[in-house]
Amino acid sequence: MPRNVFDRHLAEIQEEMLVMADMVETAIQRSLEALKGRDVELARQVIADDVKINQKRYDAEERCLELIATQQPLASDLRTIVAVLHMIVDLERMGDHAEGIAKIAVILGDEPPLKPYVDLPRMADIASEMLRESLEAFKHRDAEQARAIIDRDDEVDALYDQVYRELLTDMIGDPRTIERATYLIWVAHNLERIADRVTNICERVVFLVTGKIEELNVSKY
Amino acid sequence: MMAEEREQAIQIGQHMAQLSELQGDTEGEPTFGEPVMEMDHLSVWYGGFQALRDITLPLPSRRVTAIIGPSGCGKSTLIRCLNRMNDLIPSFRVEGQVLFEGQDIYARGLDPVDVRRRIGMVFQKPNPFPKSIYENVAFGPRIIGYSGRLDDLVERALRRAALWDEVKDILRRNALTLSGGQQQRLCIARALAIEPEVILMDEPCSALDPVATLKIEDLMRELAESYAIIIVTHNMQQAARVADFTAVMMMAPDRAGQMVEFGRTRQIFTNPRDKRTEDYITGRFG
Amino acid sequence: MTGSQTTFRARLFARRATAGGFLLLCLLATALAIGVLAVLLVDMTREGIGRLSWDFINSFPSRKPEQAGIKAALFGTLWLMGLTAAFAVPIGIGAALYLEEYASRNWLNRIIQTNIANLAGVPSIVYGILGLALFVRTMSLGRSVLAGSLTMALLVLPIVIIASQEALRAVPSSLREAAYGVGASRWQVVFHQVLPAAMPGILTGIILALSRAIGEAAPLIMIGALAFVPFVPRSPMDGFTVLPIQIFNWASRPQAAFGKDAAAAIIVLLAVLLSMNAIAIILRNRFQSRSRG
Repeated sequence: MPRNVFDRHLAEIQEEMLVMADMVETAIQRSLEALKGRDVELARQVIADDVKINQKRYDAEERCLELIATQQPLASDLRTIVAVLHMIVDLERMGDHAEGIAKIAVILGDEPPLKPYVDLPRMADIASEMLRESLEAFKHRDAEQARAIIDRDDEVDALYDQVYRELLTDMIGDPRTIERATYLIWVAHNLERIADRVTNICERVVFLVTGKIEELNVSKY
Repeated sequence: MMAEEREQAIQIGQHMAQLSELQGDTEGEPTFGEPVMEMDHLSVWYGGFQALRDITLPLPSRRVTAIIGPSGCGKSTLIRCLNRMNDLIPSFRVEGQVLFEGQDIYARGLDPVDVRRRIGMVFQKPNPFPKSIYENVAFGPRIIGYSGRLDDLVERALRRAALWDEVKDILRRNALTLSGGQQQRLCIARALAIEPEVILMDEPCSALDPVATLKIEDLMRELAESYAIIIVTHNMQQAARVADFTAVMMMAPDRAGQMVEFGRTRQIFTNPRDKRTEDYITGRFG
Repeated sequence: MTGSQTTFRARLFARRATAGGFLLLCLLATALAIGVLAVLLVDMTREGIGRLSWDFINSFPSRKPEQAGIKAALFGTLWLMGLTAAFAVPIGIGAALYLEEYASRNWLNRIIQTNIANLAGVPSIVYGILGLALFVRTMSLGRSVLAGSLTMALLVLPIVIIASQEALRAVPSSLREAAYGVGASRWQVVFHQVLPAAMPGILTGIILALSRAIGEAAPLIMIGALAFVPFVPRSPMDGFTVLPIQIFNWASRPQAAFGKDAAAAIIVLLAVLLSMNAIAIILRNRFQSRSRG
């Protein structure tokens, strides 16, 4: 099969991206763990590890650039590289959002929570699942799966609304909780953005398969 | 009979254009217009060997159309059918039609010499006549019986070929003293001098260095404003750079060439419809 | 290390020795060929240079060697060469053009092709017999320069045809394609592009042909060219003689003085030959420079 070198490089780049996605998923899980368990050490670990995620993105970007310059990819090869270039940006931003959650965990520190965290971990779980599945869809070039994942974003959005309203009610009821509550709203926001970024990844997968760039995650507003 | 078939061919062309239109956005995309030439179920044999099978292909006017495909798939045979150059080969046989402005150029009684005066050709290896630069350009018009001022015509042709400034003081010098790139532009000027409507180019840059190649590619885009340019190339990047439309050919197991896909260059190179095109373009063919 | 080095050197020496030996053999062969030729020329020149004079060129043959001249033979040769060229060149080039550019490659044409090549090897005396029967007798041209030149034309025609064919074949097909590409018809392609490009080769063929013809004696004797001709041909129908015949005639006489005449005549013959070649070469160079710039 001709183009062995090219195929190998392309496979390596995709592998790197999957590793990066893994790191992001870990960051999301750990940041929620740190929040729930009031584990400031773990939170600091997540913050420190974000540097590695960023580095992974720059490395992958450079490799993509090199491949374009030296191999002149066309058709599906070209779409793959362009998709990867966009997806690593989304992944890096997701890493940043996870880092944001960890920072809040540090700030909230050792204080006991207002009430047990239920919705926030739920949001995080769904977002993690979505991320994992989107990378599966990418690996198998499955546009249908990608579209299905995009629909799940509605769940996350619904949970976000719920969390927001609850915390708002809490803040109105007891003004002393305002500082805490706003931080938690910020955590929810980060999780909602993470899920949103996953839908971007899914749009890229659809583009890869069909060659068309479509806006698939239409806002309900 | 002729009108019916012409209608059919135009419909095929428009259908293809619509297909292209459907794919992706059409902002700034080359439009199809009326094809100046069309191949209609063209099949070609050299003796017992079938070189082309059932080729149907519209060729748009005032655009650059590239024909790509692996070696031996019949690209050169195809392009030589457009100006009846294959007639020079004794065992050559044709079925189907090649329409030029609605008229079949292989019709009985039609003189191939007339065809070649409306459809010019530039060859792979620059082949200027071993005469002066002036004579090279003037030869065509002269044998047609051009009665106007040859000096003006020669200058016009050389200007259009982006060669005038380089040779205007050495018109009487032998053409073989020019560089390869200049010789090829001279051959283009020679083709332009007979005022054709279509210019065929059979791998015009494959014998040239990269700088000369880029100059000629620029020239092609300029010329496409007034002529239909059909270019055969095995260099896919060149087709991607230069052509508005691309036709992809493949060789069937029995070595006959056939048309696999035709569409806008952008679409062919980013999202081809046929898997064979995809395999060929990404270099995973064979 | 040292072991491989000796192997290298040994092989190199052996190779150089073989190459040198081969070179030496080639040089010897060349020296032999040129040497023989040089010896002949020098010998001829020494013998005949004394006899060369305006009188010699301007006198007719005579029984006295001191008064004998080559006027008749010289003019006869010039007449003959002129007419031979006039017949052989157009017919030869025309035939070559037809065979190369127009004829289809079928079995008949291949037979014709083979036979032309065969004709080139036919002994010239056979042409003499043919000329006698056809031109002298059947066409009643008598023993004239015309009959002689027609015979010689037939003799050299195969040479002209074959050389012209080679020259035409050597014209690259890209040139023909280019001409067809701008809408030239076949005759326009042939006449305006192929023929001029093949001219140098064709002229070489003509040189070869005329060089062959100028030295022929036997067929012309058959035609009836005489040895003792006290006049210069004034029309194609006149009788004639040529330098080779005159040379042969003088060389076969017992008197030594006639030997000197013969040598002088040989020098003149060579001079005519060289001039003819020079003209053809000049023409060829003119054509070549025009197509090379």
